[in-house]
Amino acid sequence: MFETFQYITLQQYWWIIVSLLGAFLVFLMFVQGGQTIIYTLGKSEDERTILVNLLGRKWEITFTTLVTFGGAFFASFPLFYSTSFGGAYWVWMLILIAFVVQAVSYEYRKKPNNLFGHRFYEILLYVNGLLGTILIGTAVATFFTGSQFSVNKMNLTLLTGNKMPIISEWTGVAHGLEAAFNIQNLALGLTVFFLARVLATLYFMNRVNNTEIIYRIKKQLLFNAIPFVIFFLTFTIWLMLSKGFAVNPATKEVFLEPYKYLHNLIAMPIVAALFVVGVALVLLGIILPIMCFEKCHTKGIWASGIGTILTVFSLFLLAGFNNTAYYPSTYNLQSSLTIENSSSSLYTLKIMSYVSLLVPIVIAYTWYAWRSIDSKKIDIEEIKTESHVY
Amino acid sequence: MEQVDFSLVNWSRAQFALTAMYHYLFVPLTLGLSFIIAFMETHYVRTGDPEWKRITKFWMTLFAINFAIGVATGLILEFEFGTNWSNYSWFVGDIFGAPLAIEGIMAFFLESTFFAVMFFGWNKVSKKFHLISTWLVAIGSNLSALWILVANAWMQHPAGMKFNPDTARNEMANFWEVLFSPVAINKFFHTVTSAYVLSSVFVIGVSAWFLLKHREILFAKKSIIVASVFGLFASFLIIITGDGSARNMAKYQPMKFAAMENIYTGQQNAPLAVIGFLQKSHADTLINKQDFTFKVEIPSLLSIMAFQDASAYVPGIDDIVNGNKQHNIMSYKERSEKGKVSIMSLAEYNNAKKAGNDSIANAALAKFEDNYAHFGYGYYANRDVNELVPNIPLTFYSFRIMVGLGLHFIALFIVILILTRKNKIENKRFILYTALWSIPLAYIASELGWVVAEVGRQPWVIQDILPTIAAVSQINTASVQITFWIFFIIFSGLLIAEIKIMASQIKKGPETESK
Ligand code: HDD
Ligand code: HEM
Ligand code: HEM
Repeated sequence: MFETFQYITLQQYWWIIVSLLGAFLVFLMFVQGGQTIIYTLGKSEDERTILVNLLGRKWEITFTTLVTFGGAFFASFPLFYSTSFGGAYWVWMLILIAFVVQAVSYEYRKKPNNLFGHRFYEILLYVNGLLGTILIGTAVATFFTGSQFSVNKMNLTLLTGNKMPIISEWTGVAHGLEAAFNIQNLALGLTVFFLARVLATLYFMNRVNNTEIIYRIKKQLLFNAIPFVIFFLTFTIWLMLSKGFAVNPATKEVFLEPYKYLHNLIAMPIVAALFVVGVALVLLGIILPIMCFEKCHTKGIWASGIGTILTVFSLFLLAGFNNTAYYPSTYNLQSSLTIENSSSSLYTLKIMSYVSLLVPIVIAYTWYAWRSIDSKKIDIEEIKTESHVY
Repeated sequence: MEQVDFSLVNWSRAQFALTAMYHYLFVPLTLGLSFIIAFMETHYVRTGDPEWKRITKFWMTLFAINFAIGVATGLILEFEFGTNWSNYSWFVGDIFGAPLAIEGIMAFFLESTFFAVMFFGWNKVSKKFHLISTWLVAIGSNLSALWILVANAWMQHPAGMKFNPDTARNEMANFWEVLFSPVAINKFFHTVTSAYVLSSVFVIGVSAWFLLKHREILFAKKSIIVASVFGLFASFLIIITGDGSARNMAKYQPMKFAAMENIYTGQQNAPLAVIGFLQKSHADTLINKQDFTFKVEIPSLLSIMAFQDASAYVPGIDDIVNGNKQHNIMSYKERSEKGKVSIMSLAEYNNAKKAGNDSIANAALAKFEDNYAHFGYGYYANRDVNELVPNIPLTFYSFRIMVGLGLHFIALFIVILILTRKNKIENKRFILYTALWSIPLAYIASELGWVVAEVGRQPWVIQDILPTIAAVSQINTASVQITFWIFFIIFSGLLIAEIKIMASQIKKGPETESK
């Protein structure tokens, strides 16, 4: 079926898939958000055990989504992989380290003889929640704000002279860390951080069977929702008013266009609709438990979760579609990456498109498996009957 | 190319080697133990005997401890292709990225989803669903090995691709050739069977410890039976596929083969040095020549092993570097000249294309394609071609230790199986201690296998096409050094924690009564 598709269609299809994976990843980072409020919400060891176990049964899926997001980006847009990861070295390395230390923490936290003590692993979880969310948000913001690099594939043929034969060269001095000092990037980073905490409180509300924690959670929801909204608005307004990196469809030349992202929103009404509905759902999910707590507190995660996915998805589409450079270079505009100039070959995209047909199956069995083990709300009694406890 | 920053290249290699070797400390146990657990649980579901459930659960706990750190170390590796080998990621990303993505979609989700059911589903899902989940975890982890090994095999023997001069990269031309390349198939089976052997040795060793302590006798014996049958079966496959690995190597990576066997001058009826000691005794230009100070060899065996023909000619390092007209081997000097022509023609093609001069472009393209088989050698046109020879002693010794240990494990499985069936195992303390001490040996064999495969192919990242010096990212060396040490500290700390946790879970033993 993909045989008849045009190159550009497949490139767009893969941008959509990568965007969806990114959107799911941001949603699933409620695990990270939750890790930063374990002590705020859990006042006794039993309470913390409930919270940690709730997160611990989900962390793998976030982790796997991150891994697959990376793999899918590599397979479909390899030039991004080589330019961004090799260039913004330190941002990505810190993100990776933040996730490495998470992976062992649940399993090792409560095991006897774990060398460092349970507090140590809780700190690692906190570090993961803090750095993981902020830095991923920052890195994604560079899709709109740009980075300093140049790409020249013919550098491969440099056999003499004073340069190594390297294709993508980064001129940002701090190898990516400079991105974290750009206020606009940081605004998105903090948006992701507070959003993750909001989603975590909503997830806990849905799953915890313990009235004391639930009331503490309710308070935390508001504390995190306010900064989230402020940072989100800051970033969005800035985005709508700023210049964007447009591509001339005829010459493929990249140029700065005022209000580019606002123009994209207007030019792509479906994306605009996704964005608006997404934002509305996120807000609805936050407001519901505040307005009608007794009846609706379990529903918030659904509204905000789906809303997050739609919003992030639409932001990715805004960055890549409608003749826009999704990974702009502020150092050398013409080096900016677009979905056309950075993608895999037609053949590889076709093969990968067949593979992508597995995605609905993955979603289906994940759904089924979770349904079957998540049927009951969690309290300390439930956990004490389990043989595998974090 | 005088300006290659070798400290950058070498630190990047060191970092990759460090992280890969740490990752592989945990992977084989996941691959094999997941099947052993699945066999055990199948037994439980079939017989309904709670003792089997207790056994299953004990090994599952160890599995989870190992799994977590395996996942932690794997993440780094995937992204390192981008962070540290950025040229590589563009140059072959069109082919190499696909297996990584497929691995995520097809294998990792399967693993992580059913891992949750396996651990949290005991009281929540039916026995049958639980058993299926356990099997799916085993299948998922082995599928992930398949895809990453396809990727690795492709680097050793690039197949199914074509260079596109307009994008300056290799592009996939045939997915099935990538997937079903003989190197990939063989590598997959050799690696997973070696993982089954390691896991069997692990289960037997831990069980032996219980027997030595006179604890959990029944539990230990049952575990030993399952593991030794599985291990014995896998051992035979190891030999068959190991032989296949060597044969593929002789065919596709003759330099690695010559280094592994320390053959300096090629010959017919080449003997195989079963045991040997090497010494570097040449300070002159032959920087890599090693002499045997002692060896025990079997005549003609190497020729037979590599080409199934006692009189077959096996080229040596000298023949490969300096060429051998009689056997049609082109010297490295010649290859690097041709490689240089290929690289220069690519530049010429591009310039002509930009200038709109089609006839020059076409001529350059033809010249490029004629010489493409030597492309990577071009980066050595102004360098000493001896840099293209890998570390011989490391490859040579690693291979012999791996094979020797392989034979040791077979003997161990057979002896243990017989003694257990005859119910005599408890009193054989020497055998039990041997089994216990074989656990680290299995890890050594596995790591050394990778040393043979990866050190032996240096300096190629993609055989004949892309050397390390042209694959690296441009970062300052200090950054790579810092991340190297960060990983070293984190991984070592976590490894020590893991071993301590494992040890105390083992000491605790299986739950007295299963919940
Ligand atoms: C328990 C571990 C173990 C044991 C006992 C063996 N192997 Fe092995 N070997 C591996 C674990 C391993 C491995 C870790 O799985 C490697 C590394 C790369 C690979 O493909 O498999 C490997 C690689 C490897 C290679 C290099 C392949 C390449 O360069 O691509 C050869 C030639 C052999 N093996 C041959 C053998 C033979 C003839 C054995 C005879 C008993 C043997 N191995 C036992
Ligand atoms: C997990 C088992 C593995 C181990 C223990 C291992 C070991 C090593 C070692 C020791 C080196 C350094 C060689 C040297 O610089 O002299 C290396 C390099 C490398 N390996 Fe592996 N390897 C493993 C698997 C893989 C796989 C599956 C891939 C690809 C999919 C791979 C790709 C590379 C790359 C890109 C380098 C760096 C470039 C180079 O130095 O060649 N390795 N590995
Ligand atoms: C150098 C190349 C490699 C890369 C990039 C890589 C990547 C990864 C990643 C990202 C994970 C975590 C997945 C998750 O989120 O669950 C992982 C785990 C795993 N990898 Fe690797 N890996 C490499 C080498 C290998 C090799 C050589 C094998 C097997 C022969 C292997 C088998 C596994 C398995 C079974 C797991 C599951 C978790 C565990 O290790 O216990 N990997 N790998």
